[in-house]
Amino acid sequence: MKLTVNGDTLSLDGNTIADLVTQMELAGRRLAVEVNREIIPKSQHADFALNEDDVVEIVHAIGGG
Amino acid sequence: MSDLLTIAGKTYSSRLLIGTGKYKDFDETRESIETSGAEIVTVAIRRTNIGQNADEPNLLDFVSPDKYTILPNTAGCFSAEDAVRCCKLARELLDGHDLVKLEVLGDQKTLYPNITHTLRAARELIDDGFKVMVYTNDDPIVAKELEDMGCVAVMPLGSLIGSGLGILNPHNIKLIMEEANVPIIVDAGVGTASDAALAMEMGCDGVLLNSAVAHAQKPVLMASAMKKAIEAGREAFLAGRMPRKAYASASSPLDGLSR
Repeated sequence: MKLTVNGDTLSLDGNTIADLVTQMELAGRRLAVEVNREIIPKSQHADFALNEDDVVEIVHAIGGG
Repeated sequence: MSDLLTIAGKTYSSRLLIGTGKYKDFDETRESIETSGAEIVTVAIRRTNIGQNADEPNLLDFVSPDKYTILPNTAGCFSAEDAVRCCKLARELLDGHDLVKLEVLGDQKTLYPNITHTLRAARELIDDGFKVMVYTNDDPIVAKELEDMGCVAVMPLGSLIGSGLGILNPHNIKLIMEEANVPIIVDAGVGTASDAALAMEMGCDGVLLNSAVAHAQKPVLMASAMKKAIEAGREAFLAGRMPRKAYASASSPLDGLSR
């Protein structure tokens, strides 16, 4: 399915947040995920089903002051 | 001597808070932070890159939340809405950690805080259970308002973020401290060790800095200098400086000289 992830279009082979995170090679990393501007807790990533055209944001911690 | 900094009920022996931005690499980040003795370390929250290299290192592998109190900031947010959203993402990212540094910026040129948005975001975050350390200007009225609202620390700028101009209005910082019942932490503007020492000598509870260390020619050495400056300044404040006088006062007795 087609998603918008961090502003870019992405085609997902799968249907959960966990599938997306794995496809992006981010599995095991400390992340936070929003779907359509709603935060989806880590505990739900394995089961949360994404839908066509969902807008997903995936963030992590980087250096900052 | 036990002289601890208490923020939101947690005590810290270091009064230096340090950022993780602008370092050459994560090894330099880690070494600088370790050397500084800081226990509270700020991070930014940003999008992961699509196509990111899977084995690309992660900041939190170098600056572990098990070792440091991670203070996510809202740097880069120019509206209350964006700042609140950023804090919520940070809380999810850090497993429910609710201590945040709120900064809502006014414009790119000055990175001066937008106070109307800062007040709005602070209210919303506090109502949502966050413990808010808030970046603000050096206006004593605004500082008091942020304290009254429930912010756990008020962090006035010494000068513009990243400017290294030091504390441009120490009189205002003193006015803020006179009325404060929460920690006052000078955030932004520190350029070198004497700036940090001055803040502490004046009686500030702590100093938050980033560029002064990260942009020094030798960041790790500057981190060491900052640690000492903070400690020296704090001790000088606790010791109580001598009064300033207009005329000389001899340190050696004037009587009894051989003639």
